[in-house]
Amino acid sequence: RMSILEYNGAAIIAMAGKDCVAIAADTRLGVQAQTVACDFRKVFKMNDRLFVGLGGLATDVQTVDQLLKFRQNLYELREERQMSPKVFSNVLSNILYEKRFGPYFIEPIVAGLDENNKPFLSGMDLIGAPVYTDDFVVTGTATGNMYGMCETLYKPDMEPEELFETLSQALLASVDRDALSGWGAVVHIITKDGVTSRELKARQD
Amino acid sequence: MDTVFGVKYDGGVIIAADQGNARSILMYQKNLDKVVPLSSHSALGISGPNSDLVNFSEYVQKNIALYELSNDGMKLSTHAQANFMRGELAAALRRGPYQVNVLLGGYDAGAESSSLYFLDYMASLQKVNYGCQGYASSFCLSIMDRDWKEGLTEDEAIAIVEHCMKELQTRFLIAQPNFIIKVIDKDGVKVAKFGADPADT
Repeated sequence: RMSILEYNGAAIIAMAGKDCVAIAADTRLGVQAQTVACDFRKVFKMNDRLFVGLGGLATDVQTVDQLLKFRQNLYELREERQMSPKVFSNVLSNILYEKRFGPYFIEPIVAGLDENNKPFLSGMDLIGAPVYTDDFVVTGTATGNMYGMCETLYKPDMEPEELFETLSQALLASVDRDALSGWGAVVHIITKDGVTSRELKARQD
Repeated sequence: MDTVFGVKYDGGVIIAADQGNARSILMYQKNLDKVVPLSSHSALGISGPNSDLVNFSEYVQKNIALYELSNDGMKLSTHAQANFMRGELAAALRRGPYQVNVLLGGYDAGAESSSLYFLDYMASLQKVNYGCQGYASSFCLSIMDRDWKEGLTEDEAIAIVEHCMKELQTRFLIAQPNFIIKVIDKDGVKVAKFGADPADT
């Protein structure tokens, strides 16, 4: 029997470009080897400049998405300002560590633009240990594949159009060699002018 | 092992389930109704141990009834019912999980559309066009992948359900002679067919 983090399957990558970030995920919902749905959402828009990708157990993906929305709403009511990506990442880390001895089985990545429109990326493990990078972060059941593709294809300061191409190719090639992820993909490009979301034409196997 | 499946069509949704109630080597009952009406226009196909099956479905059913009583007759949408159930399953998951896998089908008069929701025992929720719970999924999902299309009629949807039942009867190791099929559309929840009358005690 496989690990609980591999029960449903996922592949999510976020990459930084020139004054932009992009985050992409597959859309498969599986139950071990069987595919149940091909339109399952794993990347959630928290606001126009902040996305979170949640890879892992599907029920916890949905629960943590709801919890994050709750915490974000409370913050914005009290502070009367938007949560910056760095603060959001910290809140998420806190939520996960609170359950240190009975964790949510998810390993999230955060992608956003800070106050100066500079890209922000972070990833963390299921108990909230964060890592901050300036190039890319990955999570899911195909991380080995994704790290290899990103390391090869990535270059700094890509414009949004090139970032989209690079990220899409990195994700597609990675999921094609992983049985548990794939069956469709969605990519979001975030710039100071807004978000562009596209569905990728992917192998349906 | 219970079989539950559902197929959405234009203007409604079909929920079907086997009628067996068994544990270990014993068959307790052959006319159990596992498609529980939750409201006037929604029904829950539910599989799992009889204790959780009955407890969870009744709990949800009564809470939905309470909502309508408390809110001047306002009906909960199928989406809302599904999310209520997901919340209860998620909360119970790390306390003492309900080991039920369900398919919720409903018709919403306001939106004039039907919807089908897959919800497993761990509270993973997904809106789908067709779905199966149990071993049936290994046999029936690919049949539904092939046969289902946008804009089906009620008869075409029932044909898909019967195609799935036939496949199970041919190839599934466990004999499930009785199935109950329910249709949910603008006129409510009604029984299309059953193998054995659930009311026969």
